[in-house]
Amino acid sequence: MSNIVVDKSKVPWWVSNVIVPLVNLTLALLVSGLFVFIAGENPIEAVKLIIYGSFGYIQGFAYTLYYTTNFIFTGLAFAVAFHCRLFNIGGEGQAYIGGLGVFLVAINLSFLPVPIVWLLAIFGAFLFGAAWAYIPAYLQSKRGSHVVITTIMFNFIASSLMIFLLVDVIRDTNQMAPHTVKLPEEIWLPSFEAFSGILGIKIRYSPLNLTFLLAIASLFFVWFLVWKTKWGYEMRAVGHNTQAAIYAGISPHKNIIIAMCISGGLAGLLGVNEILGVSHKIQAGFPAGYGFTGIAVALMGRNHPIGILPAAFLFGILYQGGSEVTFEMPNITRYMFVAVQGLIILFSGALENLFRPQIESFFVRRLNREVNA
Amino acid sequence: MVSPILELTNINKSFGHVQANKNINLKINKGTIHGIIGENGAGKSTLMSIVFGLYQANSGSIKINGKEINLRSPRDSIINGIGMVHQHFMLVENFTVLENIILGFEGETVFGEKLQKAKEDLEKLCQTYNFNIDLDATISDLSVGFRQRVEILKSLYRGAEILILDEPTGVLTPQEVDELFKILRSLKDEGKTIVLITHKLIEIMDLTSEVSVMRQGEMVGHTKTEDTSKEQLAEMMVGRSVLLRVDKKEIKKGETIFKVNNLSVKDDLDVTRVKDVNLEICSGEILGIAGVTGNGQTELLEALSGIRKVESGSIELFGEKISDQNNFLNPRMLKEKGLAHVPEDRQRMGLISDFKAHENLIFGYHDQEPYSKSAILNNKEITEYSNKVMQEYDVRPNSPNLITSNFSGGNQQKIILSRELNENPKVLLVGQPTRGVDIGAIEFIHQRLIDMRDKGAAILLASVELDEILSLSDRIIVMFDGKIVGEKENKNVTDRELGLLMAGVA
Repeated sequence: MSNIVVDKSKVPWWVSNVIVPLVNLTLALLVSGLFVFIAGENPIEAVKLIIYGSFGYIQGFAYTLYYTTNFIFTGLAFAVAFHCRLFNIGGEGQAYIGGLGVFLVAINLSFLPVPIVWLLAIFGAFLFGAAWAYIPAYLQSKRGSHVVITTIMFNFIASSLMIFLLVDVIRDTNQMAPHTVKLPEEIWLPSFEAFSGILGIKIRYSPLNLTFLLAIASLFFVWFLVWKTKWGYEMRAVGHNTQAAIYAGISPHKNIIIAMCISGGLAGLLGVNEILGVSHKIQAGFPAGYGFTGIAVALMGRNHPIGILPAAFLFGILYQGGSEVTFEMPNITRYMFVAVQGLIILFSGALENLFRPQIESFFVRRLNREVNA
Repeated sequence: MVSPILELTNINKSFGHVQANKNINLKINKGTIHGIIGENGAGKSTLMSIVFGLYQANSGSIKINGKEINLRSPRDSIINGIGMVHQHFMLVENFTVLENIILGFEGETVFGEKLQKAKEDLEKLCQTYNFNIDLDATISDLSVGFRQRVEILKSLYRGAEILILDEPTGVLTPQEVDELFKILRSLKDEGKTIVLITHKLIEIMDLTSEVSVMRQGEMVGHTKTEDTSKEQLAEMMVGRSVLLRVDKKEIKKGETIFKVNNLSVKDDLDVTRVKDVNLEICSGEILGIAGVTGNGQTELLEALSGIRKVESGSIELFGEKISDQNNFLNPRMLKEKGLAHVPEDRQRMGLISDFKAHENLIFGYHDQEPYSKSAILNNKEITEYSNKVMQEYDVRPNSPNLITSNFSGGNQQKIILSRELNENPKVLLVGQPTRGVDIGAIEFIHQRLIDMRDKGAAILLASVELDEILSLSDRIIVMFDGKIVGEKENKNVTDRELGLLMAGVA
């Protein structure tokens, strides 16, 4: 028989959760290397540049962690909804609206003590992102409109809405560009260079800021929510088997809404990083595709916080190291790295099962031999 | 001596690391009805699928009339005279009988002569074996029993000398079973060979002349049917002696607990499935609902357990109205009132197969102490409880962290039962408690239900297995087309009587 049947219960967890993703990643990178070669550059050199760019000097590493922060938020956002079997493609729009929440809270309540402004701004980001996800969630649970469709639509609506607001309502009227005024400096989140200044290390500007710790806290929050609380339990139950959930008295309607709102809220936190931490104002199009890349991060991280952290870090490396490569190698444009991302999504998402049976049966056979020997 | 019509030697088949068939040897003689019996998962269906060419064996040989053959696909088997009637029929619903039978063997692009010829041949076949089928009837208009005949006819038309039937009686009423057996006997008299796969001992004793028993992928015995007994076969199947009858104490009937008044219920397609049903269940009694699948039992149970909305009428629990057309209590509220429900379809409803066993053991009770406190799951408590209850209900393997789909059907059912019975419910709704469950576990499950009854619970048992209804119930109602067509005290009721009611004849 050509198709291999593997007894899943005998596959060690590290084979399916570590080895298989690594193999897929390696393949994606090999194919990417081929592209670099075709473009007329040396792939080995490109890898060296990526590593240097993202680890080689402290500022580069700070950039890597800044990107990682955004990917953690959007990756977690997708993962939470996915545990309820909802494909929330709307992270981009939810992040955009979340940014509005941060800004409105921060600018209007800036008279409050600073840490309280931060907390309220984080809450505002979460609330606005959640509210933007609530509408597709409601439409899914009550009317059966598929969230994949509605969340994509809501990305466009969010984008149009924000352009409208940035042009006509909240624009900094002293100039013509579609962005708001800057927030007062005293409520900006402390940046990495401020910290390193305290430690006596002097570095040039980097966008890394305190939000990174919020991202790490979010990883714990999601892990705890999904696996340690009855809410996560109910969300997973609805996601795996809606009929059974109804039988057990668990409301699918309620859980679809909860899952989507938490998902949207996490995406909204991206606004904290971008607005409270980095640019201190809303700029048109600031989510810049992080919402979409978050889907790939979640898929690669197998929708588990422990997987999402390294996956987000990897994408951070690609973003930061990639810009280093495009700077040094004229034949490689930044679109090349969009292609690399695409390859990673292709190999770890769509082609996820390409080699899984072979790898799993290989290990199962080997381990059995060890046991028998 | 004449060589057997079908001979299997050292057949091995594994799926991954599960060995479904181990060194199977089997000889089937021409012109006999040969039974193959075994528990679920014993490897019967796998073996027959190999003979029918659906699977290929890893090793071993298949001989037909002493000649070794190579079966790569069902087409090879058909050419070699092997036909198979599956548990689930493979018929195109909106085609006629004739169209279904010639499907794939039309022999001409534009229907004409050959179709006419096929029709004549089929009519002859029908006469020979007394099939009594209208070849121009549309399949969707035929009852299950007739659809099965179409399947048999299809195999015969394609030249089957050996006919394999996989659990043929699962969906039939007793009367339909009689008809089927008549046909099978006449096929045998005409020299055809029949292989009957079943887990029902009565059928083996009734019909076969030889029987082979399988257990855990191995052939554990061959014998002539006349030389054996039900008890002996059951022992061979399970590997130990089995109590086939349930010991039941005298009924101690208490007050009325559950009362259903003029209940009507619609299904998802807006078809009325339960029509004006009235019933009462008292504490300490088991009320059995007999009926062929799809006559409203599912919807009735779902309405009673708060999953499905009531169309009209009302349901009372402990004298308090819990459901009418305007509002109904959800399953969680009913649980708090002491109602437990073992759903008919454990895969679809009773369990989440991707969850770990311990997660399923608290399913529906997960928000109660001690399993969770202020929304946080208490994993230590859950694991301790799971260990305890899995031991008590003999769930194998006893590993709370194993994913539920890795347990066998019987053990999955034990997980559900332990969960639902653990809280000592006052009312228990049970649908098909032993469907797809092996004999050893059936005995255990039946005993638990009787224990619950003796403790004073009111139990509603819906089952398509008449034996189960007859051996457990104190009172029996029969459902046909959504209505209750008969109610009997379970004293001297025969399966014949019930069968007539189930078929809507009496």
